[in-house]
Amino acid sequence: MNKQLKILINGIIKENPIFVLLLGMCPTLATTSSAINGMSMGLATMFVLISSNTVISLLKNVIPDLVRIPSFIVVIATFVTIIEMLMNAYVPALAESLGIFIPLIVVNCIVLGRAESFASKNGVLSSIFDGVGIGLGFTLALTLLGASRELLGTGKIFSQTIYPEQYGSLLFVLAPGAFIVLGFLIAIFNKLQHKKA
Amino acid sequence: MEQKLIVSPSPHIHSGDTIQKNMVAVLIALIPAFLVALYTFRLDALLITALSVLFCVGFEYLIVRFVMKKEPTIPDGSAIITGVLLAFNVPAGLPVWILALGCLFAIGVVKLSFGGLGNNIFNPAIAGRIFLLISFPAQMTSWPATAIADTATDAVSSATVLGLLKQSPEALEALPLQQMFLGLEPGSLGEMSAAALLLGLIFLLWKKVITWHIPVTILGTVALFTGILFLIDPLPQYNPLIHLFSGGLMLGAIFMATDYVTSPLTKKGMIIYGVGIGFVTVAIRLWGAYPEGISFAILLMNAFTPLINSYTTPKRFGEVVKNG
Amino acid sequence: MFLSLSLICLTVALLLAQVNKMTATPIAEAKAMKLQNAIREVVPAFDNDPVAEAFRMADGSGDSLLVYPAKKGDELVGFAINSYSNNGFNGKIQIMVGFDMEHRIINYAVLQHAETPGLGSKMTEWFRDATKPGQSIIGRDLSQGALTVTRDGGNVDAITASTITSRAFLEAVNRAYAIYSGSREDALSGATTATGKETEGITKKGGEHNE
Repeated sequence: MNKQLKILINGIIKENPIFVLLLGMCPTLATTSSAINGMSMGLATMFVLISSNTVISLLKNVIPDLVRIPSFIVVIATFVTIIEMLMNAYVPALAESLGIFIPLIVVNCIVLGRAESFASKNGVLSSIFDGVGIGLGFTLALTLLGASRELLGTGKIFSQTIYPEQYGSLLFVLAPGAFIVLGFLIAIFNKLQHKKA
Repeated sequence: MEQKLIVSPSPHIHSGDTIQKNMVAVLIALIPAFLVALYTFRLDALLITALSVLFCVGFEYLIVRFVMKKEPTIPDGSAIITGVLLAFNVPAGLPVWILALGCLFAIGVVKLSFGGLGNNIFNPAIAGRIFLLISFPAQMTSWPATAIADTATDAVSSATVLGLLKQSPEALEALPLQQMFLGLEPGSLGEMSAAALLLGLIFLLWKKVITWHIPVTILGTVALFTGILFLIDPLPQYNPLIHLFSGGLMLGAIFMATDYVTSPLTKKGMIIYGVGIGFVTVAIRLWGAYPEGISFAILLMNAFTPLINSYTTPKRFGEVVKNG
Repeated sequence: MFLSLSLICLTVALLLAQVNKMTATPIAEAKAMKLQNAIREVVPAFDNDPVAEAFRMADGSGDSLLVYPAKKGDELVGFAINSYSNNGFNGKIQIMVGFDMEHRIINYAVLQHAETPGLGSKMTEWFRDATKPGQSIIGRDLSQGALTVTRDGGNVDAITASTITSRAFLEAVNRAYAIYSGSREDALSGATTATGKETEGITKKGGEHNE
């Protein structure tokens, strides 16, 4: 069990997909205009990660090496389509605000990256934990980024007013703000990591 | 300070030129424009400029001292220049807290995040202005009216020349060019008078603080580009004189684009850089969503500067040319 | 190799078909709900099914808009019109505008847009802020002329720093009104519920109320 815990922590901190691996930047920058958007995107990706990791590690002996990438993509695309349909059906407002970025989870490098570098080489249980760990790391990073941008840009976090909206700097809700805040968050994360080591 | 022996590359001869000396020269060159601002906006101009300098120097001190934990770098004077230039780029009567945020962004994010003076990719004042423009578009575009009469203190918002250009180019026909040149059209603090800014340019060239390459190529490109359009189709919005004398073009071309740190090193590089700025400025002014493009153009070309530098490196003396 | 890949594809196809079957109804319901809510928001209380009675109305420029009539009993109480503008800052803006039978705007809802967050996106609330009559279009009577922003000589305050969005929004509203007039004429041509005079009186009152 200790090993699984290590895998979990690894995904959240040591190999945090956003702050350390810098993977999946497209949805990271584009969907984090608010905390709720960032978190939903993170959770949707986490669902896909866990499912695809599980299935791929189950099938790793069945899938021939030559067609492994197409097979991975098919598996990932399936789960993305499922989550897209589910979101459209049960949380349409959220699906609308995330728009094209839900289907684009297919091309998120983290998902394929974990399938290739972890799930296809490890057992089912480890792969599930890896999916949870990386997924949580991704979700935490996106939520943090979304919350920071929302706070700086509109004075709110999760739509809860912290200070009056007119004092917010609009730049942070827009695209340049995503890059700037992400840069600072990575710097802070690295500084904290450094201190620990 | 680090106690290391530093072996620096040539040249080793010192001309007595220091960062401080250049900074003082730039400040002197900004005086005519400041006087015009003082004349049109009265106390507001003084207040905004003084506060902006105070905020920039203050933030620089606090961040260097307490966040970076180094010896403060105030004496090089660059924070003062940033403060003055940022103040010149905002409308008189801008709320103080917005100004403070702009200074914090310019100093904290654009300059010190990269390691301070010499390491910043973008001109802090320009980036600060753009940050404010995007974040607080309403406050950053309410220009107080500037009639010579005592309406100067009334915060009546009025359209700038470039604003007119976007919305109703017909109104440009009646524009008094002479007035624009001297500086009576609405605008930000420092962009009032093309004449005053040109005086500053002459001073800087005379003192050899900057060379002619950047400002002249920017102004030349703008004049040429709009001139060609004007010849093809003589609409008032293509009039090169209007473009030269309006908005922040002069201020940007003379004082912001020529920043040592963020502009190319070689003459050839400077010319490429200047042409790029001029071209992008006109393109944004005529076809972009914003009325003024000089600040975006400078920021964009700042980003290209390292690339331009690497393509225009002078040939190393004594290098063996390979024969093919 | 082919076999395994084909097998995987076959399995996921079956799985997806199953999920699709499961979610098809909720998705359709969610979409219908959204439309219903938008209509309910912009017209007075009704007891018919505007979606079922919806019709297309040409606007004279070769285009047509969807009109949802709202009825209480047998009487028409208003129209919800699905209008659009292609001149937004970032492209298309789609809105639902509701009119009562006296040419006045009851409410509107923005269905779809790509305007800048914090600037143009404010239009979802800006034009119906009852505390600011200068910018609110609620209750305005469009038979007295199309709505334009103050900068263009009209009487609607544009969203601060988003004149382009405001223009596009009002363009969509005016387009909806053109359709509304046509629909109203058609609907009332047989009926005698409202005479011209009566309409005028009510409009005036509406105008005063708006000041």
